[in-house]
Amino acid sequence: MEKVKLSIQRSEPSAGVPVRYDQFEVPYEEGMVVLDAVHYVENNSDPTLAVRWNCKAARCGSCSAEINGKPRLMCKTRVDDLGENIKIEPMRAYPVVKDLVTDVSHNYEIAKKIPPFTPSPEMHSPYTIQQIDITRSKEFRTCIECFLCQDVCHVVREHHSDYYGPKHVVKIAALDLHPADCIDRSEVLYKQGGLGFCDITKCCQEVCPEEIKITDNAIIPEKERIVDHVYDPIGLLVKAVKRRKW
Amino acid sequence: MSGKTDYSVVNTDLLIIGAGGAGLRAAIESAEAGIKTTIVSKSLLGKAHTVMAEGGMAAAIGNVDSQDNWKVHFTDTYDEGVKLSNWKTVEIFAKEAPERVLELERYGAMFDRTPDGKINQRAFGAHSYRRLAHVGDKTGLEMIRTLQDKVIHTDAKVMDEFVITKILVNNGRISGAFGFSIREGKFYVFRSKAVIIASGGVGRLFKVTSNSWESTGDGLAMAFRAGASLMDMEMVQFHPTGMVWPPSVRGILVTEGVRGEGGILLNNKGERFMLKYSPVKKELDARDVVARSNYKEIVEGRGTEHGGVYLDISHKGAKFILEKLPSMYMQYKEFAGIDITKEKMEVAPTTHYHMGGIRVNPETTMTNVEGLFAAGEAACGLHGANRLGGNSLSDLLVFGRRAGKFAAEYSKQNSVEPIDDKEIEDEISRVMGFLNKKNPENPYPIINELRESMSKRVGIIRNGKDLQDELGTIRDLKEKAKAVGVTGGLRFNPGLMACLELQNMLSNAELLVTGANERKESRGAHTRSDFPETKDEWKKNIVFTSSGDTFEMTFSPSEEPPEGMIVNIQKAR
Repeated sequence: MEKVKLSIQRSEPSAGVPVRYDQFEVPYEEGMVVLDAVHYVENNSDPTLAVRWNCKAARCGSCSAEINGKPRLMCKTRVDDLGENIKIEPMRAYPVVKDLVTDVSHNYEIAKKIPPFTPSPEMHSPYTIQQIDITRSKEFRTCIECFLCQDVCHVVREHHSDYYGPKHVVKIAALDLHPADCIDRSEVLYKQGGLGFCDITKCCQEVCPEEIKITDNAIIPEKERIVDHVYDPIGLLVKAVKRRKW
Repeated sequence: MSGKTDYSVVNTDLLIIGAGGAGLRAAIESAEAGIKTTIVSKSLLGKAHTVMAEGGMAAAIGNVDSQDNWKVHFTDTYDEGVKLSNWKTVEIFAKEAPERVLELERYGAMFDRTPDGKINQRAFGAHSYRRLAHVGDKTGLEMIRTLQDKVIHTDAKVMDEFVITKILVNNGRISGAFGFSIREGKFYVFRSKAVIIASGGVGRLFKVTSNSWESTGDGLAMAFRAGASLMDMEMVQFHPTGMVWPPSVRGILVTEGVRGEGGILLNNKGERFMLKYSPVKKELDARDVVARSNYKEIVEGRGTEHGGVYLDISHKGAKFILEKLPSMYMQYKEFAGIDITKEKMEVAPTTHYHMGGIRVNPETTMTNVEGLFAAGEAACGLHGANRLGGNSLSDLLVFGRRAGKFAAEYSKQNSVEPIDDKEIEDEISRVMGFLNKKNPENPYPIINELRESMSKRVGIIRNGKDLQDELGTIRDLKEKAKAVGVTGGLRFNPGLMACLELQNMLSNAELLVTGANERKESRGAHTRSDFPETKDEWKKNIVFTSSGDTFEMTFSPSEEPPEGMIVNIQKAR
């Protein structure tokens, strides 16, 4: 392969610039990733091409896009895996700001609604925590907030405001697994977070660049917790009895 | 964007520029003190360069080696700075770092543990004891996520994807700042009693770097134009191990944790060459020593096919590597097609950290401009001529907190300064000037030329001729840069960002190279092939202050710590 042919979606809705696809040819270099090709365009052909990126090392989760129709990180997608024709479009679940950049601020609104880490009054600093508890929660704490799982989720795409989305279930799972934390977030996740909308199609875990088993290890256990905490009549009775002051 | 006065005004007590570890920690402190706090960042919240930190944060907690204490950490840090650090800064740092790490744990951060459930601490180059609190090789991610979650649950206002182009000063006191929202494409004026610069380093000045796109030193250049002094600009750390192949990933960091966990360096003959250069500390000697050793092996022809040396951890086995170094495994597998549990990595030195920066008061972190503070990599004084691995993350917490605390106190005691409308109009014209040029020059080739020549001439081994040539190049590029411009508007226009950053990069590069040329000795990370000795007469900091269109260079003798502060580590062991 000597050249890569890029077809990049361009638009700026708030300035009335409609969607079009611009074609660019970029010389191929060994080991090149899609973000390198986009940078080549930016440096040499069109410096106004908007793309969000930071580390170019798959650590920060900024350069999410739809590459040949699949949600992926541009910095982690090698050109030689795709062949010479590459179509790059912005994430579909979010409104476009310009070209490949979308407005993901909705995620920060959700993050504010999730009750933060709240240490149990019985925990005294410095905490004593076993490695097994750290290892168990590590998977969820590697989330780089690329929002690709949100992007691919058909519930988020279609019921934007009703379901927090897989990324935020991962966050809640990470908080719930913290041995020093004392808050039960299942009611929040059930009532405000709309986890019931998720029909476990597992699309989210297929696109996660950190290979977090989002559905298997976060969503399903959180759904089970909701069943235990919100629906289980015997459990509720036991709780009511416990809470009652004699 | 047309009208001259088309901008929004934000009134705040404290404006923090930068949302990495230092900026976020500062925001927590000031918001909790009841101060109206606004934090702006060039990237999305949670994406700052802190996220890339891998190995850990150094603090003498003594969980693994109980003999460790703040005095040993002080001595290690001060020694590594080769007498250029401000000893008061180092003292505050070494004393406060353990509490800051435990506090981060109370904010919800999780660290790897010892068998008895305490925070585990790993060995790192030139630390006398195992000292780095860590979680695998993703410590920076854990830190920024924890701080970010804490900040969004305070009253601090976060404005991300936002660039500040000018710091506003009235009669030597801070009056605010000016900039625009990248996402909205709208100008803003901040009227603020105090400003903290926590905008990171200058790594993008070099072609081969571990730094992310933000590290163009905007904060340094803006503070300098606002009257703040910059110091130790010549002191740049080259990390011994960056990726070398394929070209796309050249420079990306390979954590010192690999060597901390037992990785060894080999040349193309299979010789473990660190036994020759540093028989005692070997791979875990200071970063400058290991970086120069790697460099020497490469230039003397004992390097790898792609111009690196080998780093091998495969003898530790797959289970250990996947637990301790998951990101390294991913990065070699995905980018280089190499399985580090079975194969050797190719590594070479990469530009990593700027010890120099904005000169601040060690206690309060205030600069010589009243109401202007700085913390983190943007500030200077802690690391001197070289930085110990792991000291940066704890630096962010210790001095981020102090910046937030003292800026909050300052803004309580002072009123807001007036802002000159003319100054705002001039700044709007300057920014819009890049968008309204006829036949503008593309900024990218100029940036690329600067980065390439900086990597070539101002790298790990420097000499007078190269440095003078580089100064010539910088002056030529400054002339060329006057013609840069781009089409399009304010909103998400990378070319416009490049125009603005180029000016800051050239300003920083000029001071960096001037300092390197002036310092006619070798000290810490600054190595001159024409002046290989460390000289007593150079036990002083080079300080730059802006003066109209040019600058003044002065020298400030570096004071040594009082007797008894430096401990004999052999004895302490």
